[in-house]
Amino acid sequence: MFVSLRWLKDYIDIDLTPAELADRLTMAGLEVDAVRETAPDFSRVVVAKILSIRPHPDSEKLSLCEVTTGTDILPIVCGAGNIQVGDVVPLACVGATIPGGYTIKSSRIREERSEGMLCSEEELGIGPDRSGIMILPDELPLGQDLIDALNLRDIVLDIGVTPNRPDCLSMIGVAREIAAMTGGKLKMPEILFTEDDEDINGITSVEILDPDLCPRYTARIVKNVTIRPSPFWMRRRLESVGLRPINNVVDVTNFVMLECGQPLHAFDYRFLKEGRIVVRKSRQGETFISLDEKERMLRADTLMICDGVKPVAIAGIMGGLNSEIKDDTRMVLLESAYFNPTSIRKSSRWLGMSTDAAFRFERGIDPEGGVRALNRAAQLIADLSGGAVCRGYIDQYPKKIESPRDIRLRTRRVRDILGKVIAPAQIVRILKNLGMAVNKADGPHYRVTPPTFRVDISREIDLIEEIARLHGYDRIPVTRPAISFMSTRQDPQKVLEERIRTLLNGYGYSEVITYSFIPATAVEHLGLPADDVRRATVAIRNPLTEEQAVMRTTMIYSLLETMRRNADAGCFDLKLFEMGRTYLARQAGTLPAEQNRIGGILTGARYDDGWHYSGLASDFFDLKGCLEGLFDHLKIAALKFRSDLREPFLHPGRSCCMTIGKEMIGFLGEVHPDVLAMMDLKNRAMVFEMDLDALAGHFSGALAYRDISRFPSSSRDVAFLISRDVTAEAIIHFSFDMHEELLEKVCIFDVYEGKGIPEGMTSLGLRFSYRAHDRTLTDQEISRAHKAIVQRIVEKSGAKIR
Amino acid sequence: MINDLEELRVKAIAELNQAETEETLLAIKTRYLGRKGLLTGLLRNVSHVSLEERPLFGRRSNEIKEILAEAIDKALQRVTLKKRDHALLEEKIDVTLPGRAVRPGRLHPIIRVSREICEIFAGLGFSVVEGPEIELDYYNFEALNIPKDHPARDMQDTFYIEENIVLRTHTSPVQIRTMEKLKPPVRVLSPGRVYRPDSDISHTPMFHQIEGLLVDKGVTFGDLKGVLTFFIERIFGEDTAIRFRPSFFPFTEPSAEVDIRCVICSGTGCRVCGQSGWLEILGSGMVDPEVFKNVGYDPEEISGFAFGLGLERIAMLKYGVSDIRLFFENDWRFLEQF
Repeated sequence: MFVSLRWLKDYIDIDLTPAELADRLTMAGLEVDAVRETAPDFSRVVVAKILSIRPHPDSEKLSLCEVTTGTDILPIVCGAGNIQVGDVVPLACVGATIPGGYTIKSSRIREERSEGMLCSEEELGIGPDRSGIMILPDELPLGQDLIDALNLRDIVLDIGVTPNRPDCLSMIGVAREIAAMTGGKLKMPEILFTEDDEDINGITSVEILDPDLCPRYTARIVKNVTIRPSPFWMRRRLESVGLRPINNVVDVTNFVMLECGQPLHAFDYRFLKEGRIVVRKSRQGETFISLDEKERMLRADTLMICDGVKPVAIAGIMGGLNSEIKDDTRMVLLESAYFNPTSIRKSSRWLGMSTDAAFRFERGIDPEGGVRALNRAAQLIADLSGGAVCRGYIDQYPKKIESPRDIRLRTRRVRDILGKVIAPAQIVRILKNLGMAVNKADGPHYRVTPPTFRVDISREIDLIEEIARLHGYDRIPVTRPAISFMSTRQDPQKVLEERIRTLLNGYGYSEVITYSFIPATAVEHLGLPADDVRRATVAIRNPLTEEQAVMRTTMIYSLLETMRRNADAGCFDLKLFEMGRTYLARQAGTLPAEQNRIGGILTGARYDDGWHYSGLASDFFDLKGCLEGLFDHLKIAALKFRSDLREPFLHPGRSCCMTIGKEMIGFLGEVHPDVLAMMDLKNRAMVFEMDLDALAGHFSGALAYRDISRFPSSSRDVAFLISRDVTAEAIIHFSFDMHEELLEKVCIFDVYEGKGIPEGMTSLGLRFSYRAHDRTLTDQEISRAHKAIVQRIVEKSGAKIR
Repeated sequence: MINDLEELRVKAIAELNQAETEETLLAIKTRYLGRKGLLTGLLRNVSHVSLEERPLFGRRSNEIKEILAEAIDKALQRVTLKKRDHALLEEKIDVTLPGRAVRPGRLHPIIRVSREICEIFAGLGFSVVEGPEIELDYYNFEALNIPKDHPARDMQDTFYIEENIVLRTHTSPVQIRTMEKLKPPVRVLSPGRVYRPDSDISHTPMFHQIEGLLVDKGVTFGDLKGVLTFFIERIFGEDTAIRFRPSFFPFTEPSAEVDIRCVICSGTGCRVCGQSGWLEILGSGMVDPEVFKNVGYDPEEISGFAFGLGLERIAMLKYGVSDIRLFFENDWRFLEQF
């Protein structure tokens, strides 16, 4: 909310500089986001007096003036007809700038010298009047800068008022806060006006059909008004806080709302059918044209202000076009009401209309402030429009708006919460400065009744906050809690995640964070079949873009997007991983299933520096090797890579799944060329994804040492010729399934296909290492074991020995 | 005759010193010490030596034989070493060429900051807990004292999944879920992703928060100041100026925003701090009694404080990142700097 310092000073004397004031307000909870100096957009315009006027010899429209600035007498050619000798006027001197970026120069107009320009309000941008030169009060000192002479400088504070403090949404509200802070005295504007003999009750009536939504409605009638622009001071006030002046009646309603926080509305009485007000809910499908000339379709529960037959305003939100103040309005019905905050909020949200009035009503206005605001507005309208205020006012108050009374405050509790003893006398002073009634109760207790405008205070803790706030947070000592002994619990899953993070970093993989959203079309792009669970995406009702429409069910799509984004930026070599969640929809009303997962992508060159192995691209086995290393380090031995289970978005011949027992852990493989093409990616990429929750179930972090043998090992190499249908894993498996305890390990040292090898066959070179725990093996022992194993491999796999 | 011996020694040593190759050395060896060599030649003429000189001549010639043999060995060694040095220099590589190492991966800056914060609080006995990112309206709002149709909801625009299911707008619902599960004392920290529909240079629809909660007997606002001051000094440095300023969060009372002296301008006012000289870095407050009641704690028995902070904001300040969107674009040129 914008607060004009000049305006604020009408209600409170302020000795602080603007910066100090901003700081004090901020430290009392009214955060000042910005302090702005404002002044009209002109310079070197001074107060001058007209000494003589004679006609221009060459022009009927122009006249030649002599003006004095007190020190100089200057010739000015002027085109306006409203000036007379002796008038005090604004003079833009040579070198002056005026709004629109104009600079005044010394000139000759039809052979006559002109050393400046006399200005209208409109030319100076300080008012709408363009009919002639602005006539200034006689008493202004000649030669003084107009900005100073008219006091046109102001300081505007932009205050971020928190939702709990609707009482601060007005100048008086802020002034009240300053008074409580500084101990200064609040100056409430005096309300004085005479009432006309004609009684309001003879003119109109108010009927509230829904007291729950409108517990109170007050009204006054001002007649014989003349609608015209508001005077300069009023326009300046409104403009200083960013409001556009409209006319003297509408401006007053806005002014009073900004002054005291009570939104008001003015109806042109002549458009009120049957001359009365009825407050009721709208009917379903009813339409209404609001002041902004938009037709609104109403729901059944919107509270409306109506006349005898039709709606004339959306209660608390916006008036209707059908009853607005017009240039020829003569009689005004002023409304000052209290509406149910929740109802206003629902309606304004549903209608998408957030107005200054709704903003205040939905936060809660002072239930007892309506009549004062009504009278203040009546007074100002009468003043500015020459109208007469009819006798009396209507105050329909069918349902009492309860305000909290006698809240118990224990001084002990103040200490317990704040950690500081604040003297009872100071507590009482703070609360009284805030307008609260404080009464002593039994023992060290008080009974406190907050003012009705403090709708945020109903409990002891609310009072304690006020005490802390005004005592000053900075005066509460910094202490270390005397807390219970507790050990921190390390979630094993977090331990696993941190281990994986560190390991992958070591393998050269960097962590990324992508959005949890993907486009709804992502599941199509990935070619997920109709029965794939990952099609059960969680859709966002109000996404920002189509790209972020659903929650991801796999990590792969975002990783491929990341690859594309980097390719666009010229980076084709990536080793990335992401830890995050995937989200699977469950039945309506139930929270989706969130899984912790890890995904990764590998693409481009194997090594970071090209000169060693230029053109060596990373492949499936780079990624697999990295994952194997990971499982080896994590001691998850039971993990199997299975080529019989496939993901639709992976290359059918270069992908596999990872399982532990029957449990699916994840997958890895090259991305299917069709998916790459669909996503506009040129390079091959390898990806993996794993279920961290499942993996965590097989991770313990426990380590146990196994004794190492002190005796040497011997190895035997064999080259097998196997069919391409037989996997290396199978061969290894046959080596071990005889449980020959002398066999220590088997490693593959060569894989060869091509020249010298029959079509459809692969040569697999295996090195078998033998070792015993308690002795050096003899050649004989080794040969016996080796022969049996090789024979078994040949029998089981159909391999031939080369 | 003795003189002839000495002459031969001097000449041989001079030749050895000049020799550069193994072959030359071996030739010298043969020439002097060989069976038909010069030294042997001299010895053969022993008959010309007088009788009294003869023992001396014999001794000296043996000595010289040894001297020469040793000198030849040394020279041979010298030549071999030189040859080896030469051979090694032939294998010289340009050590300024880049190495073959695979560069270690980088930690995302958000993860880096999150780790750092969790470690600081782990030292104070806070355990890390997590909660769902897709959350019931009840946990995200109502249990936190933010009823439906309350203006406090304006503080956080919300992504909706269903009428009563939202993407959590903050990590605060984890407070509720934790207190529902545990009896006091409670000391937890909860980092995670949160979501609000907003997108510009300082907002992304997804970002990260860390929530902290401490509940125990006799916890005060002074303790809140103490713990958060400790934290800020650890993460931004011992001499960081801090201020606690009244604010409003529906689930804490009294509530406080915590500001630090602007790290860019040191308080003189700049664009980053909006000329105020202060940077807002976290929200905090004493847990509202209403929240305690919602989870079945007795606010007369225990008290506590909660705080929440945005990880992106901390990372932006710590590392000088000016556009929040960079964190989620994952451009390698951005990532490789961390």
